Amino acid sequence: MIEWLDTLIQGILLGGFFALSGLGLSLSFGILRIVNIAHGDFLVVAAYLGVATVTTSGVGPLTAILMVVPAMGLLGYLLQRGLLNRAIGTSELTPLLITFGLSIILHNLLQEIASADYQSLDAGLVETASLALGPIQVGWLPVGILAAALAVYAALDLLMARTRFGRIVRATVDDPETTALMGVDTRRIYALGMALSMAIVGFSGMLYGIKSSFNPQAGGSQLLFAFEAVIIGGMGSIWGTLAGGMALGIAQTVGYKLHAGWGAFAGHVVFFAFLLLRPSGLFARGNGHG
Amino acid sequence: MKLLELERLRAGYGPITALFDIDLALEEGETLALIGANGAGKTTLLRAVTGLNRAAAGAIRLQGAPIHGLPVHTIAARGIALVPEGRRLFPSLSVEENLRMGTCGGRRGPWTLERIYSLFPVLRERRTQLANLLSGGQQQMVAVGRALMANPQLLLCDELSLGLAPAVVKDIYRTLAGVATEGVSLVIVEQDVAQAIQASDRYLCMREGRIVLGGTRAEADRAAIARAYFGSAPQ
Repeated sequence: MIEWLDTLIQGILLGGFFALSGLGLSLSFGILRIVNIAHGDFLVVAAYLGVATVTTSGVGPLTAILMVVPAMGLLGYLLQRGLLNRAIGTSELTPLLITFGLSIILHNLLQEIASADYQSLDAGLVETASLALGPIQVGWLPVGILAAALAVYAALDLLMARTRFGRIVRATVDDPETTALMGVDTRRIYALGMALSMAIVGFSGMLYGIKSSFNPQAGGSQLLFAFEAVIIGGMGSIWGTLAGGMALGIAQTVGYKLHAGWGAFAGHVVFFAFLLLRPSGLFARGNGHG
Repeated sequence: MKLLELERLRAGYGPITALFDIDLALEEGETLALIGANGAGKTTLLRAVTGLNRAAAGAIRLQGAPIHGLPVHTIAARGIALVPEGRRLFPSLSVEENLRMGTCGGRRGPWTLERIYSLFPVLRERRTQLANLLSGGQQQMVAVGRALMANPQLLLCDELSLGLAPAVVKDIYRTLAGVATEGVSLVIVEQDVAQAIQASDRYLCMREGRIVLGGTRAEADRAAIARAYFGSAPQ
């Protein structure tokens, strides 16, 4: 009994990471209607940016987060302004193909610059320290990641529901033409939306680099996990992605408990079951939170 | 000085031309009714002025400065607001959020949330509701209020009365008359010819993308308008 409770808690903790990484993907789809195929590769790029920051400036990985997140946000802004805005108003396929191309380019660029060797971000004691909750041990790092994920969700919800920027984003998602008639430069809103999405990708990428080792190939599976969290939760629903991330985390730890080789596989099975039985996900879009 | 001038304006949708060589001038504070059958080009004319449809040829000037070719949001910020056909409220925004969207162009002026609420008190009661849950008439009040929140010099109204009860239509037109006395110019597009002409200083009748008749309210002649409207005298 305690054993299964432990599995459930570890699953929720793992789900915190999937929820955070899925949020970046969910946001770019929710605001821009772009399925960012390069999502996983950008996540890995952020981890490598973390390595570069740590080695050149000598700061720890946790401090480096403060530099990588705005850098990734800026990259998102420029990407939207310079490239993706040109594809808006064409077919839905165009942005998909652009990000697919970007994925290949980034993947090969990382291989060329950083080699195919595994690297990691060493955050010291926080990576191994754990906390005893009665008979159950939980690591400080996964607890910290879950707390950070929940904080990001709450902050994003406030931003969307309570601020002028959030109001304009929701209006743009509803009806870009009428939003422009209100005096809003919607292309700038798209660029800021992509900046927000990529800043979250940057944050997830840094946490990913701290919790596991990575190489340039890692983007593919990261995209898949994030995509699974988004689909299970319901495409276009921000809070759905949180639930989807949790569901995926629990599925993976339960799979892992049944057999050491079944972790990711169990996640895929749950994802597949959702595609088959409830393709609109746990939370079908409709609350308007872009 | 002329507020708005169109000179030999040609516009349409891609390869299809819907407006041919339109000449039009509007004084400050003047209200103009634009009438004509479905497909005459009235909505296209409004869309061209707001920048939603690109001018293929000719010129559009606001207070003497050319605005054709400018992005939609820049033209809006210069003081042209549109109440679109079908209202086009933002469904995931509340009534008050919809009204606040009108301020995005950043223009200062007499119109504030408080004034809109005193003009349409029912909107204050419903300000936290999603705009799409309101009745048709209340939605139209939000659409007009949202456009006024932009503090426009020129207010373009497309088919305000469509699908609304006559009492509500009367109410909204009374509001517009008040707006006009504050120096805002209006262009009113309506299917209801009598309503439009009665609310305006002057009228223009369009047919097949051209202006075919025009005059002041006083000299409006029903038979002449009917001929211009349908292209021939009705039997």
